[in-house]
Amino acid sequence: MSTQLPEDDVLKVASLSRLKLSETEVNALGKQMGSVLKYIAMLDELDTESIEPMAHAIEISNVFREDQLQESLPRDKALSNAPQTDGNYFLVPAIL
Amino acid sequence: MSTMSMTASKLLAKMSSGEISSEEITSACLNEISRRDASINAFLSVQQEAALEKAREVDQKRKAGKPLGKLAGIPIALKDNICTEGVNTTCASKMLEHFVPPYDAHIVERLKAADAVLIGKTNQDEFAMGSSTENSAFKTTTNPWNNTCAAGGSSGGSAAAVAAGFAPLALGSDTGGSIRQPASFCGVVGLKPTYGRVSRYGLIAFASSLDQIGPFARDVTDAALIMETIAGKDHRDTTSLDAAVPEFTSKLEQPLENLKVGYVEHLQEEGLHEEVKEATLRALDVYKSLGAELVPIELPHAKYCVATYYIIAPSEASSNLARYDGVHYGYRAKDFENMIDMYAASRGEAFGDEVKRRIMLGTYALSSGYYDAYYLKALKVRRLIRNDFEQAFQSVDIIASPVTPTPAFTIGELVDDPLAMYLADIFTTSANLSGIPGISIPAGFSQNNLPIGLQLLAPPLEEERLLRAARMFERETEWHLKHPK
Repeated sequence: MSTQLPEDDVLKVASLSRLKLSETEVNALGKQMGSVLKYIAMLDELDTESIEPMAHAIEISNVFREDQLQESLPRDKALSNAPQTDGNYFLVPAIL
Repeated sequence: MSTMSMTASKLLAKMSSGEISSEEITSACLNEISRRDASINAFLSVQQEAALEKAREVDQKRKAGKPLGKLAGIPIALKDNICTEGVNTTCASKMLEHFVPPYDAHIVERLKAADAVLIGKTNQDEFAMGSSTENSAFKTTTNPWNNTCAAGGSSGGSAAAVAAGFAPLALGSDTGGSIRQPASFCGVVGLKPTYGRVSRYGLIAFASSLDQIGPFARDVTDAALIMETIAGKDHRDTTSLDAAVPEFTSKLEQPLENLKVGYVEHLQEEGLHEEVKEATLRALDVYKSLGAELVPIELPHAKYCVATYYIIAPSEASSNLARYDGVHYGYRAKDFENMIDMYAASRGEAFGDEVKRRIMLGTYALSSGYYDAYYLKALKVRRLIRNDFEQAFQSVDIIASPVTPTPAFTIGELVDDPLAMYLADIFTTSANLSGIPGISIPAGFSQNNLPIGLQLLAPPLEEERLLRAARMFERETEWHLKHPK
């Protein structure tokens, strides 16, 4: 049985991931993801019906702090790494 | 002994007795880097002027009798996923090639306050995804013991820098073994602290529930020393733990009494290199000779760690890396048709193969229809893996194991086989999944003169116990005193 992930699936996941891939990449990813998913399937051996999922290594929740006014990053610094700005805003291509 | 192979503690003592200045130490490091890093490729950037300036400032403060920080005048290298204000931080990715952080990571603030000399930013696998630094967008770090071999990864540059004599201390990050594995490959000490022990504020995120910053050092004492500076609660990382930070160096020379060392019999025999197995057994003998009791333990879910890890880590990565959209910072493609296409083109052009692979795997595992079968399943197995450790630590104090199944592999050997590369993480991912601290210490050499590490694991927040146990072994052995030619 082939373990390759079908091309349609690869393309769907690429679209969800916002990744533009070349044809070569799509082929390679189909094979590589297929083999990793086949390996991962070993988890199916385990009965985990009654196990609580564990999202975090050290389970702490509801971490609060005082709601104090703090300085935020100045505009020029926040914009300093942007690919395109007008000095006040991040610029993006027209959406509509 | 040359300056370049001295530990930070030794250098601190020599500075305080006036035998050597920070400027001399820093210059010696910079000279070694310019002389030899062209072949090792440990650094992505070197902050020569800033380092020398800081070194002179420390020397003047010392001369004037002013108070000095704990790491005053010690050169330290930082992995390039740790944000440094005004200093290029690339994550070894084309995506962040020109990124200059507007702020310092928490640990960088701490190091600066401790008067450390930040000497340069080290090479890594892109976004810390990999085990060899071959996934760096810029260069591959070679192993200082043998330049045809990998330095390991993802923090390969930091490990190589300490091993090669470029800096006495370095910091890296460990998401599935990225400190311990390169430390093992390069023959230095590498510590992954308890999840939450060190603030992740300013660490560029890979998998947020697993990432942890930790040190590379030439001996256990230095690892303990730098932990005193970097550990502790920081409100900007809500997962950082509000726990007292012991003075890790203070009890380091006191052996642990009635120490119980757990080990797994027949652990992953398949694929385990004979020389690594022998080194691990020899290490257990060392503990036995020190009066420790060796206790066989069971970790029944250990064999599921890699599968669990390679669902959880890519899932978190796919979410974390969604921020790279070519809008706020990072790379933007030149040619695109519309907004969505701009995202996809920018990401497609600027991310390397491994990063794309992990984003794809993670997105797949989180996507509608697969979430329960992959992500939720992995979170449940994650609890089983942690339960194993909780059970084991009821009867032992620490657990000893190999760090990696083999000594350093050859550059290029595994790069085309992602699954084989992932399987090399078999001994390290469990500590990240469980949140427990782990250390790699030098414990032998292969016949080909490549270092072999020993991994020790301890319960959460028991770094002090871990370091003391590691020091017990180090005192009895001389592996850590060997340096590459």
